[in-house]
Amino acid sequence: MTSMHTDTHEGPGTGVRGVPAVSLRGVTKDFGHVHAVRGIDLDIQQGEIVAFLGPNGAGKTTTIDMVLGLSTPTTGEIEVMGQKPRTAIAHGLVSAVMQTGGLLKDLTVKETVAYMASLFATTADVDDVLARAGIASLADRKVGKCSGGEQQRLRFALALLPDPALLLLDEPTTGMDVEGRRAFWNAIREDAGKGRTVLFATHYLEEADQYADRIVLVSKGRIVADGTGSEVKALASGRTVRATITNPDTDRLAGLGGVDSVEIRGDSIYVHAKDSDAVARYLLNETDARDIEITSRGLEDAFLSLTGDNDHSEGDDQ
Amino acid sequence: MTTATIDPTTRRVPPLGGFNATMLGIELRRMLRNRRTMAFTLIMPVVLYLIIGTNSSYVTEKSGHGNVSAYILISMAAYGAVLAATSGGAMVATERALGWSRQLRLTPLSPIAYIATKACIAMALGLTSVVAVNVAGVVTNKAEMPTQDWIFAALIAWLGSVVFGAFGLFMGYLLPSENVMQILGPMMAGLAAIGGLWFPIDSSSVLGHISAATPIYGLANLARWPLEGGTPHLIWVVNLVVWLAIFVTGAAWRMSKDTARV
Repeated sequence: MTSMHTDTHEGPGTGVRGVPAVSLRGVTKDFGHVHAVRGIDLDIQQGEIVAFLGPNGAGKTTTIDMVLGLSTPTTGEIEVMGQKPRTAIAHGLVSAVMQTGGLLKDLTVKETVAYMASLFATTADVDDVLARAGIASLADRKVGKCSGGEQQRLRFALALLPDPALLLLDEPTTGMDVEGRRAFWNAIREDAGKGRTVLFATHYLEEADQYADRIVLVSKGRIVADGTGSEVKALASGRTVRATITNPDTDRLAGLGGVDSVEIRGDSIYVHAKDSDAVARYLLNETDARDIEITSRGLEDAFLSLTGDNDHSEGDDQ
Repeated sequence: MTTATIDPTTRRVPPLGGFNATMLGIELRRMLRNRRTMAFTLIMPVVLYLIIGTNSSYVTEKSGHGNVSAYILISMAAYGAVLAATSGGAMVATERALGWSRQLRLTPLSPIAYIATKACIAMALGLTSVVAVNVAGVVTNKAEMPTQDWIFAALIAWLGSVVFGAFGLFMGYLLPSENVMQILGPMMAGLAAIGGLWFPIDSSSVLGHISAATPIYGLANLARWPLEGGTPHLIWVVNLVVWLAIFVTGAAWRMSKDTARV
């Protein structure tokens, strides 16, 4: 991947950084008494490939619906390419690919593409789009008679019709084979190099880590981590140090580098930390701590604890 | 390689909110391919006319400026138009059930342009149905009425069916399913009967008063007015306008709910 990222250095000829692809400011969304989104601030620069990672019910879909202008935030502001979401949609700047639905069974593949193409001010040529998506041979087939994979290719073809600046994908590669997945992401990367921004929702850490430049981890309507795959993994991993200790100095412990949390239960202390060695060294050298145990958390386990999905995640894992 | 940013100001918005001929053409083809709809809206009214309207006693019996065959011809044309417009509007039910409406909302197509397209299709389907029944009337040569009455009646039946385009739309938003017409079909037959489309209802009877409050009543009487002569009753027009207002309001209300939810 060449460094065409707009959030670092500008390519030749562009004096100013382009407007952010997505910008959320203090966004919340309530459904009656349910607080689906509890305050999200997020900037995504053009050309980034961002994974929106989180368990089901974290607020991913609600947030994406708001970015698409399908619903409006209860409070806060959303801009897409510097415009209101609906305005950006009207200008053909945004496309989305859903996993299911969104197609009429009684139209042919070509009619579907022609129909969608007719709705935009400027689009790619219908036959070109069919050829590029590898579905030219299916042009006259009814959509209802196409296989799931063929329908998914059609959905992508439709999404790319207006040459969108922002592409939103919902669990994009579910059901794809390894080769299809590689080809898919190669194509996505190539387009990102030309400035297209890709935001994809997933609840698989693996997928986010493998394909995204940046992972935004959401849980219970908030962003709990935001960074590269390795940064988020480091956050989510780490170890737990348990020790028996009298009068622990929790402030001092919390102040050690890489300590995520300190918890006291009875005369035991549980310290979650990325640098467990530093914690152990401190405990052994400077306190009366004894019976020290160091346990590592599995990646998935840690991810669950970070997203707060696991009720008994705190200290129960030694 | 092009520059790494996209300038949003270079993008345009389509004219007329996305309303265009390509989409209309595809929608029209789609409608014509739907065998169930075509059987319901084209063949059934024609067959009903051929069975009932061409009955020899109706050919000889007079009604207004023509014969009873002509009366039945107009009724069947109106019924066809009503059914066609309803099923045209109700297409949104299928589209919502399949997630197509959601997909359309991710395009520049404005809701008004979408509704306008659906209205055009509903009215085109209504026109096809009216023409089919009238062609059957001309070919069988049993119905008799002055040519201008014939044309007027067909025009009123067709234009009045816009009420049921709105009705279909309302129901389509109310009942999201792939076969909403299975519910609406029998319902329309019932409304046609109570509205006085199947057989004349004495307007001074209790049934007559109930009839006057139902949605097909106004259209049925207005469509027959060129044949029957006299002055049109105010209640016919009021009936048509009030039901149009109710259905348009209902459709708009359900539509805004639909947009707000998701």
